[in-house]
Amino acid sequence: MATVDGSVYHALIARGVSRRSFLKFSAAMAGALMLPAAYGPRIANALSTAKRLPVIWLEGQDCAGNTEAFLRASHPTVAEIILDTLSVDYHETIMAAAGRQAEDARKATMKAFPNGYLVVVEGSIPIAEGGIYCTIGGRTFEDTVKEVCAGAKAVIAVGSCAFDGGLPAAKGGPTGAVGVSQVVPKATVVNMPGCPMNVQNLTAAIVHFLTFGSLPATDSLGRPLFAYGQLIHDQCERRAHFERGEFVTAWGDDASRKGWCLYKMGCKGPETYANCPTARFNDGTSWPVKAGHGCVGCTMPSFWDQMSPFYGRLSTTPGFGSDVTADQVGLGIVATVAGLTALHAGGSYVRHKRDAAAPPPPAEAVEAGTATGGTQA
Amino acid sequence: MTRIAIDPVTRIEGHLRIEVEVQNGVVTDAWSSGTMFRGMELILQGRDPRDAWVFAQRACGVCTTVHALASVRAVENALGMKIPNNARLIRNLIAGMQYVQDHVIHFYHLHALDWVDVVSALSADPKKAADLAASISDWPTSSVAAMTAVQQKLKTFVDSGQLGPFANGYWGHKAYKLPPEANLMAVAHYLEALEWQRDVIRVHALLGAKNPHPQTYVVGGMALAIDPNSPTALNARGLSEIASLFAKAKAFVDRVYIPDVLAVASFYKDWAGLGKGIGNYMAYGDFPDTVGGEVDGFYFPRGRIMNRDLSRVEPVDQQLIAETVAHSWYNYSDGDDKLRHPWQGETKPNYKGPKPPFETLEGFDKYSWLKAPRYDDQPMEVGPLARMLVAYGKGHADVKAQVDAVLKTLGVGPEALFSTLGRIAARAVETKLLAGKLAGWLAELEANLGRGDLAVADVSKWDPSSWPQNAQGFGMEEAPRGALAHWVVIKDKKIENYQLVVPSTWNGSPRDSKNRRGAWEEALIGTPIADPNAPVEVLRTIHSFDPCMACAVHVYDPEVGSSVEIRVV
Repeated sequence: MATVDGSVYHALIARGVSRRSFLKFSAAMAGALMLPAAYGPRIANALSTAKRLPVIWLEGQDCAGNTEAFLRASHPTVAEIILDTLSVDYHETIMAAAGRQAEDARKATMKAFPNGYLVVVEGSIPIAEGGIYCTIGGRTFEDTVKEVCAGAKAVIAVGSCAFDGGLPAAKGGPTGAVGVSQVVPKATVVNMPGCPMNVQNLTAAIVHFLTFGSLPATDSLGRPLFAYGQLIHDQCERRAHFERGEFVTAWGDDASRKGWCLYKMGCKGPETYANCPTARFNDGTSWPVKAGHGCVGCTMPSFWDQMSPFYGRLSTTPGFGSDVTADQVGLGIVATVAGLTALHAGGSYVRHKRDAAAPPPPAEAVEAGTATGGTQA
Repeated sequence: MTRIAIDPVTRIEGHLRIEVEVQNGVVTDAWSSGTMFRGMELILQGRDPRDAWVFAQRACGVCTTVHALASVRAVENALGMKIPNNARLIRNLIAGMQYVQDHVIHFYHLHALDWVDVVSALSADPKKAADLAASISDWPTSSVAAMTAVQQKLKTFVDSGQLGPFANGYWGHKAYKLPPEANLMAVAHYLEALEWQRDVIRVHALLGAKNPHPQTYVVGGMALAIDPNSPTALNARGLSEIASLFAKAKAFVDRVYIPDVLAVASFYKDWAGLGKGIGNYMAYGDFPDTVGGEVDGFYFPRGRIMNRDLSRVEPVDQQLIAETVAHSWYNYSDGDDKLRHPWQGETKPNYKGPKPPFETLEGFDKYSWLKAPRYDDQPMEVGPLARMLVAYGKGHADVKAQVDAVLKTLGVGPEALFSTLGRIAARAVETKLLAGKLAGWLAELEANLGRGDLAVADVSKWDPSSWPQNAQGFGMEEAPRGALAHWVVIKDKKIENYQLVVPSTWNGSPRDSKNRRGAWEEALIGTPIADPNAPVEVLRTIHSFDPCMACAVHVYDPEVGSSVEIRVV
């Protein structure tokens, strides 16, 4: 927490953090952001002079999963402290004030820091029927998002719902749910999809913002390249088994205990851009494939419809270079969003434009039988 | 007469609006309104039933994991699957850890600020605060130096002028009764619990890949591979890490959370006479504690207590659960006042509230996105208190011993349980009990591994070709916030209908077709309000239920004249 004249660095020192730990933390953050190690001192310098950044955290059609992820921020000790670089002035789930007093706190920040506060949006925004599917303080969430984002220095959409409408926007959803970018098209919005997002990536994005005065570089979907620039498949610890044609074919089989590839159990890692295998969750403890379940593709557009059925096998497998980003694969994602409707027959996730570029998958994968998952081992 | 609207009710999950009518400083009527709707049930229709848990889990990220469990149970019930013993144990470990972490977060981060005046802590004597802490627990971090550091940290924070999440609280309200030293101790533990919770919940990552929203459930068991000799499965190293996290969790519960609850409660005994509520309590029961997972062997038993009569525990039959939408923003095809069992449930949104922006729901017959569930046509309260009362009524040895000890410490009788304070005490008691059970379930799992039993899933019915053309099932569970159930109807391998009836729908229910209030509404009646502009008393009772609105959505009386003053506070 900041002192009166307050830099983050001084606040950390006041909390008993050594200069050495602080510099180590800065170096770690440079790593998380995939910046050269030389950036460590620059981050340290920026944090030494930054005031606590006011944050307004808005929740709409959400489950508070990203809030909970935020509370798990856990780069030992120091990552917890980095939260003190922020002044979280409005956040329904944790704030002491309620009712009008809560809304007053939000308004006070907007007034005191015009174009100087960070907005984090969690949850989708229902725009059907005049926005009546989500109201807070008697106002529609849509109104609040527009007003608050208009005066923001930067906007970060956390989780898949704030990214593109997420679950409420899935097929059958009646509320007209959309993501932040669709409601405030003029704002620069950084999207951090995931269900929920990995808080380590949020922390890194905020540090980037404090250090360089801007949010990190993104792909065409607004996702930071440092976190969403590579396929899960290309970073996966089970990739060698994929190459050797060694697959889990039933839950609990011998192959599952050997840590073989989950491709045949419906893993969407070959289609999904995210750093889960390297960043992992809960202080780097684990991630779905490590724990034995396939990826469900939650960082991808319309994943609830495009990546399900979750146990259906991808029809072909990729063979891109490990440095290829989502934008460089022939807009494959956009194409699939636009083009995919017939998902269910056989449960295969049809690949479109990428097929031409992709070399054939290993024989074992091609001869894929039913796409409905395992049989008794 | 004054009508007060609190919106948003904060320090809960989701979006809740409470309106109360106050006469002569006392709440005389109340309305609970869920103000957000997503349409989970509609989105699930037509999907693969094996995918349902991934969707359903997103009902809530605070009560994460609980909807995943209810969902796999519902589909397993429909398809006649029986999970292996190891899957039962892993699910108990995940669910038990969820209770322990979630209840502690609720006490310190969602509820405490209704009882603890953060600003008052600035005037505390750190030495006295440390003495106070030492008098109730031997917890090592409660030293004078630690209390001084926390106070200094708080002072720096306040002096910065940026109060962050503590801005605009009801600080200085005369309903706050703790001495400054107790407030300082509570703030210290608020911060310590924040660190503790993120560490101990790594158990979910070890067993379920991540938290929130673990991802190792499968219909039929778990996807997590277990093998003491495998470098990639849950092995001896992982098991020992889980064991040490359980020990850390239990230590904090026994030596910080429980003493703090008792200490804070001793200053607020008047709240043992407030927030009484409906008086009907229901628990589905959970934590299958036998190899076969039979209901009779649940650690927390199933049953109902009606009209606060602890001498009788009535049975629970899911067939008698039904929902009405008489005062909810939905239509039923055969009349909104009808009661529909979830298998015949309908979700047809039909907003009939005021056009936003609005100041009040007064005058609107339909006023919430929550439906009104009823058991055999009766409104019920669910949650920790219901669980502990049912167990107490059944003579459950562990529960009886703990509950009696709490009552003795506070010098009150069992009737004090039917209250706002009773809910807080019941939550603490069950946290202590579960924190004590985790190590035993882990030991059972380890013993199975030692015998070479590595089974985690029954996959004999994984392939949809093995399913009947039509099936229906239900999955019942005790989530931390109370009785939770999912109902599924499967037709031609796809979900035909899916309904969730969740704890906060029971508790936060609007009125039913007979105009009977839901549990929160009823519990608010009689609450004293010292200052209508700062109704902290309303928050105390509402928070004692630990509302979760995202889960709950899947609060009129015309006796008010034009002279009513409406305050939105």
